[in-house]
Amino acid sequence: MFKRILIANRGEIACRIIKTARKMGIETVAVYSEADKDALHVEMADTAVLIGPPPAAQSYLIIDKIVAACQETGAEAVHPGYGFLSEREAFPRALEAAGIVFIGPNPKAIAAMGDKIESKKAAAAAKVSTVPGYLGVIEDEKEAVTIANEIGYPVMIKASAGGGGKGMRIAWSEKEVAEGFTRSRSEAKSSFGDDRMFIEKFITDPRHIEIQVLGDKHGNVIYLGERECSIQRRNQKVIEEAPSPLLDEATRKKMGEQAVALAKAVGYDSAGTVEFVAGQDKSFFFLEMNTRLQVEHPVTELITGIDLVEQMIRVAAGEKLSIKQSDVKLKGWAVESRVYAEDPYRNFLPSTGRLTRYRPPAERVSDGITVRNDTGVYEGGEISLFYDPMIAKLVTHGPTRAEAIAAQGNALDAFVVDGIRHNIPFLSALMAHPRWKSGNLSTGFIAEEFPEGFHAQTPEGERADVLAAVAAAIDHVYGERKRQISGQMNGRTVTREANRAVWLGDKEMRLEVKRENGTIGVRFAGRSDDGKGAVMHLESDWKPGEPLWGGTIDSKPVAVQVRTIANGFALSYQGVETRAYVYTEREAAYARLMPVKQAADTGKLVLCPMPGLVVSIAVKEGQEVKAGETVAVVEAMKMENVLRAEIDGTVKKINAKPGDSLAVDAVILEFA
Amino acid sequence: MKDILDKLDERRAEARLGGGDKRIEAQHKRGKLTARERIELLLDKDSFEEIDMFVEHRSADFGMEKQKIPGDGVVTGWGTINGRTVYLFSKDFTVFGGSLSEAHAQKIMKVQDMAMKARCPIIGVFDAGGARIQEGVAALGGYGEVFKRNVIASGVIPQISVIMGPCAGGDVYSPAMTDFIFMVRDTSYMFVTGPDVVKTVTNEVVTAEELGGASVHTAKSGVADGSFENDVDCLLQMRRLMDFLPSNFEAGPPTWPSFADIDAIDESLDTLVPDNPNKPYDIKELITKVVDEGDFFELSAAYAKNIVIGFGRVAGSTVGFVANQPMVLAGVLDSDASRKAARFVRFCDAFNIPIVTFVDVPGFLPGTDQEYGGLIKHGAKLLFAYSQCTVPLVTVITRKAFGGAYDVMASKHVGGDLNYAWPTAQIAVMGAKGAVEIIFRGGTPEQIAAQTKQYEDRFLSPFVAAERGYIDDVIMPHSTRKRIARALAMLKNKHAEMPRRKHDNLPV
Repeated sequence: MFKRILIANRGEIACRIIKTARKMGIETVAVYSEADKDALHVEMADTAVLIGPPPAAQSYLIIDKIVAACQETGAEAVHPGYGFLSEREAFPRALEAAGIVFIGPNPKAIAAMGDKIESKKAAAAAKVSTVPGYLGVIEDEKEAVTIANEIGYPVMIKASAGGGGKGMRIAWSEKEVAEGFTRSRSEAKSSFGDDRMFIEKFITDPRHIEIQVLGDKHGNVIYLGERECSIQRRNQKVIEEAPSPLLDEATRKKMGEQAVALAKAVGYDSAGTVEFVAGQDKSFFFLEMNTRLQVEHPVTELITGIDLVEQMIRVAAGEKLSIKQSDVKLKGWAVESRVYAEDPYRNFLPSTGRLTRYRPPAERVSDGITVRNDTGVYEGGEISLFYDPMIAKLVTHGPTRAEAIAAQGNALDAFVVDGIRHNIPFLSALMAHPRWKSGNLSTGFIAEEFPEGFHAQTPEGERADVLAAVAAAIDHVYGERKRQISGQMNGRTVTREANRAVWLGDKEMRLEVKRENGTIGVRFAGRSDDGKGAVMHLESDWKPGEPLWGGTIDSKPVAVQVRTIANGFALSYQGVETRAYVYTEREAAYARLMPVKQAADTGKLVLCPMPGLVVSIAVKEGQEVKAGETVAVVEAMKMENVLRAEIDGTVKKINAKPGDSLAVDAVILEFA
Repeated sequence: MKDILDKLDERRAEARLGGGDKRIEAQHKRGKLTARERIELLLDKDSFEEIDMFVEHRSADFGMEKQKIPGDGVVTGWGTINGRTVYLFSKDFTVFGGSLSEAHAQKIMKVQDMAMKARCPIIGVFDAGGARIQEGVAALGGYGEVFKRNVIASGVIPQISVIMGPCAGGDVYSPAMTDFIFMVRDTSYMFVTGPDVVKTVTNEVVTAEELGGASVHTAKSGVADGSFENDVDCLLQMRRLMDFLPSNFEAGPPTWPSFADIDAIDESLDTLVPDNPNKPYDIKELITKVVDEGDFFELSAAYAKNIVIGFGRVAGSTVGFVANQPMVLAGVLDSDASRKAARFVRFCDAFNIPIVTFVDVPGFLPGTDQEYGGLIKHGAKLLFAYSQCTVPLVTVITRKAFGGAYDVMASKHVGGDLNYAWPTAQIAVMGAKGAVEIIFRGGTPEQIAAQTKQYEDRFLSPFVAAERGYIDDVIMPHSTRKRIARALAMLKNKHAEMPRRKHDNLPV
């Protein structure tokens, strides 16, 4: 076994690999860029080597620097993690030349799977199910119908030169193929001057299901079940789970065996993933193979009990796989959420900055529930604009899918992050979504369920009750303390009013609050006493100042995040973020008299949507601008974001110039 | 007998109605509460004891003898806020527009005198049209008497003014003499002369809001210490403020049980100061992580943002915080920041509230603007204020403490009791580059660079100052709260005196 390995990565995956190495008694070497000087992976590793300036292209992506770092520290092997150099064929070759072991597949396997067409050919050769279709040129509609009949409906008719949806049609019957083919072809001809057409199977409501494989250098390959990653936002996985709610044992076996066949065919000798697109009818077709450890590998680890990083290290060191296919048993269910520093209310724009507060839920294994949090950050750390803004991967495991989801929901509720914007409200809303709970997934899930994007959820029903009750309980604790202030007038105790009006957004809920045998009892006004939800008993050891109210409501665990605001609290729970004001009845009566003020009209302002650098300002003061015209370009996270005018108008004032570094909501320019 | 008792009820009911239902409704339509409703929100339930409910004016000019309303435009009395006594007067806009008559002034004077005798805070709620013109000079006399009492009470009991409507002319000077002024956005304004007079005299056309709205006084003039969204928000925040304030200059800060552990360490503070000395950070994060439960009542938040002031608690007892804000103008001291902090330091000292100062200051702001505006005298106010303090002063230098500004910011030399520095502190006459350019004038760039490095290594650390005892200890950022809490506990019975004199001569 290796004595010392180097991790050519950063963030949570570097930390996760270090943990396993340490468990195996292997020393670790971290590499870091100047931006990661104080990063968690640097602190965790036994040794750390600076490899260059912040941009990855000048540090983490430079093979020579990694090789040099190995030589400098005497690392015998390198784990690449995911991303960066993990799937570059040149990397294992360079390591090999320097006599260093690559903890990953051999370069030939990487090359074979790296090319889309080559990998499809290899898959077909290995008898892996690929999307049925006819890649040759189709002469006429008659031939098209014959081919479509062979493939089975629905089919997609596509122009070879196609793009932008032109010359593309979905057909569900012979008639539609005949019509569609002719029309698509003429469209293709007029649009691209090229009328070559082809047909392939159209998979309706596709799901993303992938098989984890594991091979060694002795020709053994096994599969470790599947993961479903259908919850995606713009092809970016958001939620992953294992196993898949779609598969049955037979399909799983079929997919697994095909994946193994493909891995064997290319001489695969590490952990890898064969991705499939699956139909709702459990048909499945090869998509591509990822020749690395996947981001979402923890869900597989939790249902199989196998540490994939450990296995990768062992096989890299030449050990034979000690696990046989028959040893692989899937136990329970695991769900993973990717917690990102991105603002769900602003179209998921990245958010960077200092984590003024970072309190993830406690990792635990108890009562059949596992909570695991793979993270690379810490409170007081920085989300840098140079890298992927992932904060953590929160993984929960339970005996059933429902239990794993419930645990994930509770853990997300207890995940406290301040200082930057994050997608936890969105993840929480997903966890509470009935369609997600039902397991009726497809890769279109987010687009279908959130067609207008994600917006602040208003508290309704039981969630509103919980929020109102918690707000009232918190206020009660504050009130009890206020009545203990020094210097009070003798002989005149302050009267405590039990009746409260809780304002949640624009909703008012009247209730009565008092201590009852160690709990705080909340009675909602106007609900019959024996009816459901009339009374709640809250138990918590929450103390003022704590950002998380954790406890039970009628013995059911509840976690609500609390931030104090003027005269009230900002609460968040199950994806609902709301302001809560706990008034006495008299205060509420007067508050009702207060005018509702319009938020400042920002329609005439162009605001910076995220912290970033102004690249250019496209307009001048006094210039007339039409809605939709580009007014400025702001760069953040290496991405250039084009800001467009939302209204027609004349530019009155420009407040920023190229090179300025702006905060979120900074006014870039004003219209007259 | 019964009918005599009933008669009292009738007269009370009449007085409570103030200017009548119509005017009350009009008041509500303007988004404002009435004088009595405001008192209800400000005080504990059923704790208000009204006095002078039946007072009426004695004017007989311009038909005023026919218009008499009991209370005469101001509601006065006392009550409790979380059990602690406060006196108050609340101008009643529904009665003669809240205008000040001789009788009205006398009612205010009476509660002022009572508050002084009882050594309890007084809160004035303003929503009035100025002097009652019909009474003329009698009203002016009344103002003067109120002003004089404000001054006599200054530094004896906290005086707070809440502006919840118009406040103009003679009315503005009583608030100006009190400790704090708060306003309500969009419904209150303050000015010495109103838009009409401005137009007549200077031809300048300006609205009341532009001339003296909350945004003007909280951000531009610095006259007001804070503003709130509406009457309810404002009054509930006044209750919160009162929980921080001592009842008088001898009572000491109020205390309550604290839930926050004073021994807790906060590792995140170790990374608060960025590696790059030119990169800002938010000093409020430090304040909220040092105070109990993150509860910080910031004052003048929108004015001179390069310095942060406000109240927090440490171990359950009120502490005043003053901190340079690196996020704004690099935390530099200018005239406005100096005046803002000086007044706050003097309030804390007057009422025996210990002061914690966080220092990250690159110096005083250079330039003709500042010098012509009297930076020397304004900066001197803060220096003066700290130097005359007899309350416990605990200072923590987080990063830069350069030049004269180092001395000003509660340094050892002007009376700091415990002066700490983080390892990231740089206590020096100036930044390295500037210093080296003076010392090694005419050097080659290489020489300058080498000398700069040498200067940085020698002086841009807390240790030169610590070697001299100017810094009592260099502390870990993560233990800041713990060290401050211990320092304040140790200094609880601090006794210091200034020599006897008539009074000092603050460079106003």
